[in-house]
Amino acid sequence: MAQVEITANEVRGAPARAVSDTWARVLKFAGVRALALMATVVVGVYLTILIANMGGYVDEMRKAVLREQIALMVQENPEYRLLTPDDRRKLVDDLAAVHEQRLGLDRPFALRSFDALGQALSLNLGRALFMTSDSGSSQVRLIILERLPATLLLFATAQLLIFFASVGLALFLSRRYGSFLDRLIVALAPTSAAPAWFYGVFLILIFAALLRWLPFGGMVTAPPPTDKVAYALSVLQHLILPAGAIVASSFFYTVYSWRTFFLIYSSEDYVDMAKAKGLASSAIERRYILRPTLPTIITSFALTIISLWTGSIVLERVFNWPGLGQLIYRAIGTSDAPVIVGSTVVYAYLLAITVFLLDILYAVIDPRVKVETEGDRS
Amino acid sequence: MSQFRRRLSEISRYPSAVAGLFLIFGLIVLAAYALISIPYDQAVSLWRGGEAVWAENPRNAAPAWLNLLPGVHLPTTMVIDSRALAESKEIVDAGGIKELRIALPVEYTFDGFPKEVNLFFQGSFAGAEPYVSVAWLTPDGREIPVADRSVKAQDAIRLGQDSRLTRRLGNLSAEIGLFAQPGSGQQPVPLKGTYQMVIDALLFEPTDELDAKLVVYGQLHGLAGTDHRRRDITVALLWGAPVALAFGFLAAVGSTVTTMVIAAVGVWFGRWVDALIQRITEVNLILPVLPILIMIGTLYSRSIWVILNVVILLGIFSGSIKTYRAIFLQVKESPYIEAARTYGASSLRIIFRYMLPRVAPILVPQFVVLIPSYVFLEATLAVLGLGDPVLPTWGKVLEDASSNGALYQGHYYWVLSPAFLLMVTGLGFSMLGFALDRIFNPRLREL
Repeated sequence: MAQVEITANEVRGAPARAVSDTWARVLKFAGVRALALMATVVVGVYLTILIANMGGYVDEMRKAVLREQIALMVQENPEYRLLTPDDRRKLVDDLAAVHEQRLGLDRPFALRSFDALGQALSLNLGRALFMTSDSGSSQVRLIILERLPATLLLFATAQLLIFFASVGLALFLSRRYGSFLDRLIVALAPTSAAPAWFYGVFLILIFAALLRWLPFGGMVTAPPPTDKVAYALSVLQHLILPAGAIVASSFFYTVYSWRTFFLIYSSEDYVDMAKAKGLASSAIERRYILRPTLPTIITSFALTIISLWTGSIVLERVFNWPGLGQLIYRAIGTSDAPVIVGSTVVYAYLLAITVFLLDILYAVIDPRVKVETEGDRS
Repeated sequence: MSQFRRRLSEISRYPSAVAGLFLIFGLIVLAAYALISIPYDQAVSLWRGGEAVWAENPRNAAPAWLNLLPGVHLPTTMVIDSRALAESKEIVDAGGIKELRIALPVEYTFDGFPKEVNLFFQGSFAGAEPYVSVAWLTPDGREIPVADRSVKAQDAIRLGQDSRLTRRLGNLSAEIGLFAQPGSGQQPVPLKGTYQMVIDALLFEPTDELDAKLVVYGQLHGLAGTDHRRRDITVALLWGAPVALAFGFLAAVGSTVTTMVIAAVGVWFGRWVDALIQRITEVNLILPVLPILIMIGTLYSRSIWVILNVVILLGIFSGSIKTYRAIFLQVKESPYIEAARTYGASSLRIIFRYMLPRVAPILVPQFVVLIPSYVFLEATLAVLGLGDPVLPTWGKVLEDASSNGALYQGHYYWVLSPAFLLMVTGLGFSMLGFALDRIFNPRLREL
């Protein structure tokens, strides 16, 4: 995924120098990657704007809303009460033209699309048509920012669970290749074809509807507890099912594919050599199996996260989780175009940030990853 | 051909692949049955139909096969129509004012109470509307007056909504009160036996006609139950199969084939073509697919074919281009390509005749695994309320169920049956795909 030059035998020099080398290399890599990703985000967001405005639909909607507001204003203003219908219509037309000029709606779309790009990139996402944030603002940016922590909480929890549980279990299984548990995981891997919300429906059915152990949805009990500890516990209780659904949807497949990687790598000669030297199996796993496979694993994990980000929309709807996905769902219901477009832009940012962070992690753990520049080639 | 047979015999060694093939075959049979038994137009009109189409179905009834479970004997829907029962109609007095008596027998042996009781009238009158008095005769000989009123040419008496009748039945709604054992108190038990709905009608012209139809709505209905709009869910479950298969298959074909061709073109021409393709892939990676589909569904069109095209377009430059590229880079250096180049084969010929066929085996498992992900994508969109406006699909059933609180109210069948079919599709294709992956990727074979 990273545009990197991978050359073997790059690890040289004394250990002390190696540490500072690592950081210099990672920083340089991060800088170049950040620039490249910024360019990618610009193109991606521009495409989003183009799609959102296909046929000038959104502009037509904005113009219509504007006209309606002006017409209402003219109708309610006592000063204009004596005007004839024709004069009033003319007044509305004139005012609408002035406001369209003020908002730049009279200029061709090709020009305005770049304005929109600039605004979207600086997260100046405009005003929602109908929705408001909990604090009462109709600024799309505020509405979205208000929802973001909930989504991040849910996803960070689930992803960390998946990552560490999968690595651990996959290593364990690669040692017990062919055992009952191993074959069970292989048999269960195809269940990952279903998305998280699908498992969410079943989890709600079992744990909320039938057993009544956990809540159907939401993020805290209503009314929210005033005590901080009680609040956190309530959130935790509400987190179990949605996070469980995310884990259920990708856990078995992740374990299966990583276990396969580990198996391939544990048949390498240097692993046999380490075994022959009599190293402890935990040391072999850490230094000889996990270390060389980690970059591959991080890449596959990145792709999982990327597909999960957008899959969250339905999950949040199913669990009534007050995050970005739920926001998009409600925006669909009210056809609130600015919110939908804004959320799409934010999702593009989230994906880019995910890619960036994982690239950096990749560079930290893999000494061969370097920025492709002439001077570095040896 | 012999190679194909060898592959087939290899597949038969994997139980999961055989099971997967079996499930896929079942789905194809289901899809074919749906297409033959309910033509497209009929499916659409049935699914969009309102009360007029589904008047004889109960609301939110569970599937009828629940009665096969031991100890369950819940009511199913009974329709007693005077047009079908010639002996139920009796002309008492034909002179001057015509007196007509319609007696509709109801054989009730179930353990629970029905969901609703409605009486429909259909008639043709030259002048004034006929006057009917309706009475309910219970097996133990009681006679309960139900209604006294005039009826229109198309009329319905919804017994459960008549508050005076409810009061007369001791504050029990008609569907319970009419069937309850007298004196069974707060926990009414149904009285089994033959009931009769007796309608005495006065028709004011000799040519006037009147027919009555009594519908006793069951708690169970049909193969898959009914939804909140009385629709038989079976229609959507059946028609969901061809829609899901067609969508999944076309989307998977469209995206994998184009992805592979583009990867091959990039590798073959190299330089800026390759670089451009790589950059587009990176941009595409951060394009949020589902929000874009949502945007298109909300702002432009919800038609499944528009969505399909967008899905394919967004799927062309997917992450798998990188995988294919790595393989093509190796293929490009192989001697037979060198040979083709020396004899002067054109670029197109080399790409389509020599490079693509070489990697096609890798495509097969990927392709099979991709199908269910697209099937679930369609369901995902439907659950968000962006399903195709006319076609009944599994996802739309799930959407109806979740927006009507099926799980809160205990209508589990409503969620479980479409979910079961989705799961079968997902499992069938991915079980086969995983096995194919092991067959076609020798490195995985011994693992």
